[in-house]
Amino acid sequence: MTALTLEALVRILRESAGEDEGVDLGGDIADTAFTDLGYDSLALLETLGRVQRDYGVTLDDDLLATAQTPRQFLDAVNEVIAAGV
Amino acid sequence: MTPTAVITGLGVIAPNGVGTEQFWSATLRAETGIRPLERFDPEPYPARLAGQVADEAFDPRAHLPGRLLPQTDRMTRMALAAADWALADAGVDPRDGDGFDRGVITASASGGYEFGQRELQNLWSKGPEHVSAYQSFAWFYAVNTGQISIRNGMRGPSGVVVGEQAGGLDALGQARRAIRGGTPLIVSGAVDSALNPWGWIAHLSTNRISTRECADEAYLPFSPRACGHVPGEGGAILVVEEAGAVRRRGGRCYGVVAGYAAGFDPVPGSGRPPALRRVVERALADAGVAPGEVDAVFADAAGSPDLDEREAEAIRAVFGPMGVPVCAPKALTGRLNSGGAPLDVVAALLSMRDGVLPPAGPVDRAREDYGIDLVTGGPRPHRVRTACVLARGTGGFTSALVLTAADDRVTGGAPAGDR
Amino acid sequence: MRRRVAITGIGVTAPGGIGAKAFWEAISAGRTATRTISLFNAEGYRSRIAAECDFDPAAHGLTPRETRRMDRAAQLAVVSAREALADSGIADSPPEPDRMGVVIGSAVGCSMSLEREYAVTSDSGRQWVVDHAYTSPHLYAQFVPSSLAAEVAWLAGAEGPATVVSDGCTSGLDALGHALELIREGSADVVVAGATDAPISPITVACFDAIKATSPRNDDPATASRPFDRTRDGFVLGEGSAVMILEELQHALRRGAHVYAEVAGFATRSNAYHMTGLKADGREMAEAIRHALDDARTNPEDIGYVNAHGSGTKQNDRHETAAVKRALGRHAYAAPMSSIKSMIGHSLGAIGALEAAACALAVEHGLLPPTANLHEPDPELDLDYIPLHAREKRVDAVLSVGSGFGGFQSALVLTRPERSAA
Repeated sequence: MTALTLEALVRILRESAGEDEGVDLGGDIADTAFTDLGYDSLALLETLGRVQRDYGVTLDDDLLATAQTPRQFLDAVNEVIAAGV
Repeated sequence: MTPTAVITGLGVIAPNGVGTEQFWSATLRAETGIRPLERFDPEPYPARLAGQVADEAFDPRAHLPGRLLPQTDRMTRMALAAADWALADAGVDPRDGDGFDRGVITASASGGYEFGQRELQNLWSKGPEHVSAYQSFAWFYAVNTGQISIRNGMRGPSGVVVGEQAGGLDALGQARRAIRGGTPLIVSGAVDSALNPWGWIAHLSTNRISTRECADEAYLPFSPRACGHVPGEGGAILVVEEAGAVRRRGGRCYGVVAGYAAGFDPVPGSGRPPALRRVVERALADAGVAPGEVDAVFADAAGSPDLDEREAEAIRAVFGPMGVPVCAPKALTGRLNSGGAPLDVVAALLSMRDGVLPPAGPVDRAREDYGIDLVTGGPRPHRVRTACVLARGTGGFTSALVLTAADDRVTGGAPAGDR
Repeated sequence: MRRRVAITGIGVTAPGGIGAKAFWEAISAGRTATRTISLFNAEGYRSRIAAECDFDPAAHGLTPRETRRMDRAAQLAVVSAREALADSGIADSPPEPDRMGVVIGSAVGCSMSLEREYAVTSDSGRQWVVDHAYTSPHLYAQFVPSSLAAEVAWLAGAEGPATVVSDGCTSGLDALGHALELIREGSADVVVAGATDAPISPITVACFDAIKATSPRNDDPATASRPFDRTRDGFVLGEGSAVMILEELQHALRRGAHVYAEVAGFATRSNAYHMTGLKADGREMAEAIRHALDDARTNPEDIGYVNAHGSGTKQNDRHETAAVKRALGRHAYAAPMSSIKSMIGHSLGAIGALEAAACALAVEHGLLPPTANLHEPDPELDLDYIPLHAREKRVDAVLSVGSGFGGFQSALVLTRPERSAA
């Protein structure tokens, strides 16, 4: 399975949780907190569901508690993808 | 002294007009919003017409933040926009204060059925992990109240009532209770939409849906040719306020919620009379208004001969034969479920403002034996100081609301019509 | 003078106990009714447990025709309403039909039947354009859940104001609050009031899975609902109904009715914050509690018991504890508090009415139901949550609180009838 890229994550975020008008998702956002990007826990749960389905992985419930930024989210997801779980 | 509840803001999203003035001018021109279904292919179904809010007239992306779109059903998007318009019309800035003095009380009938059908399809065709996180609230009956409250920071007493078509008036009755209980402002009314295939077959199961193909023939309340109704989508959101608060801020007002009553039909087969007559009488008594003082009745206008007959009977019994002009502007929109009665309330308030009664769309005359003075053909100039709005919901839910013109004693300011 | 409102009849259909008596015995014994879902095959779901009613409609007097017509939520409501009506003895001196109202709370209405009908008409989700040839004649009544109030009104012969209140998980408390207003303002003398929900069907289980709100403790369903416990991991879905006869106090006293408790005060507020989330400070729930106490003309110190929302999610139990402290001040530590959701699960809109019924019975019996499964108290939560065993205590005023999706926060105060009949 291919790794989840920032570009793909942004696309999924846009589709599953919409986009805050005050935020440029096309900018350098890898280390911006999700909350500063306008995404709450519900938006991230919806995003997590999409990633699990599209990438065929099962992600830990605690992932969202620790992954506060896109980079942390990508790292956590890609670790699971690489492990082939 | 019991606080007086007045209506200060209107937000309309109707099949024949998006925006209060658009709706009102279309209604006076007898312009219909009933068209062949566009949101899905209605070919397999015996009924194919609906009162639809056109995509050109309402683009949710133009009105709502992008973050709200994936988590909202169509009816919630329409309700949020209508609430924005109603608050702006009332001149209320929702960001003022901590919000505990403002509540939201709406009616719902079927919730976000289109969103719900999509998630059911995901579940049943693909599996539980394909169900959206938003399904936990996007379809349910409380969603419009919740989203309006969040968007506008309203922390006061809030709620949702369900009474099919009658629920739209019950929400306003409940809003008045909250005003009387000490909350200065309530956003009320209702918007419904279920023009998706699954919602459509639910309507069809009533056997009261018109199967005529022509928009001018399908929904003819009180007509000798009445043959059922056409479902529609939309409704109205209204700002209800305590009169003193309006006076203090120098606001204007459309009218007073002067009387309200609700009742329920007897068990079918009991032989006892339906609730409508006594509900109207109680609402008038509540308003302290005699039947002769009522200038117009906005009818439930079911469009099925048995129900029309019963309503005509009640109107005749209270107001006398041909005793009061009867309006049925919903002949131009279809029946909007819980959104229908709040839209009639808007029409009644605008009748007061403009001194004109709207025609019952394509209905050319009422059945003679009904003995009611149905407003048909074109707008009828008429001074309206007191109006009575009726609504009945499937199963026996029956409500009536009495509106009176705001005079200086109520608000100390100019009525909303003076521009 | 303000009209006062008495509870003169109680009917309950709950997991672990059908009938008010069985319900009270089960919850006062601390017996849990949570188990592996049997209403459908929940294999593949994250949470496969629920608190189900052992409910046989035929055994409770519903005809096959009624059973076909009514969704399970309606069946539960009608059976509870019938018990409440009989318990109140109102049939011996009935009010005029239009002086009797009906208010039924429900969060998700007839969702179980709707899902079943959906599966049939869509060929199990294969078709978007569903087939009306397979539609049940009762579909519309399920589509618009005001039918729940209609069924109860037909049973009771009520012709006064009738409505369904649907405020998510505060629907039950709010229905009782609405009924209180109807009687106080004089729109009715008697209101058949309560709530019902039967949400244990795939779509509802799946949507709570998606937000990870329900407990995944599938290997130990009986102890899965753990409000206030350090190891709590979500709520356990439930179903059920409770319906009560609310009656103008003088009307009740004139006919010599038994009064369980007085419905003394109610208030609701919204958090205007998030459809599913709660702010930790509990400010809006505290406001609701303060206004309900004012409405009941009761001081915080008079509250002898708090029936908690206590859903067992991490955030709820913190939020609620903060709210109760904010509203009751130091007295929060002296007012025992428990969550019966530990035993009967969370039946969404119905639960507020079930909890209010538990409160009325607690006043009646001088016994406070416990919080089951509370073995390891969360160190962050420092109130007295009545762990494991019921506690004998005579209480004069009790508070029941609820919290719902959409931001609703509600509070209801019941008082002891002796105190009020003076």
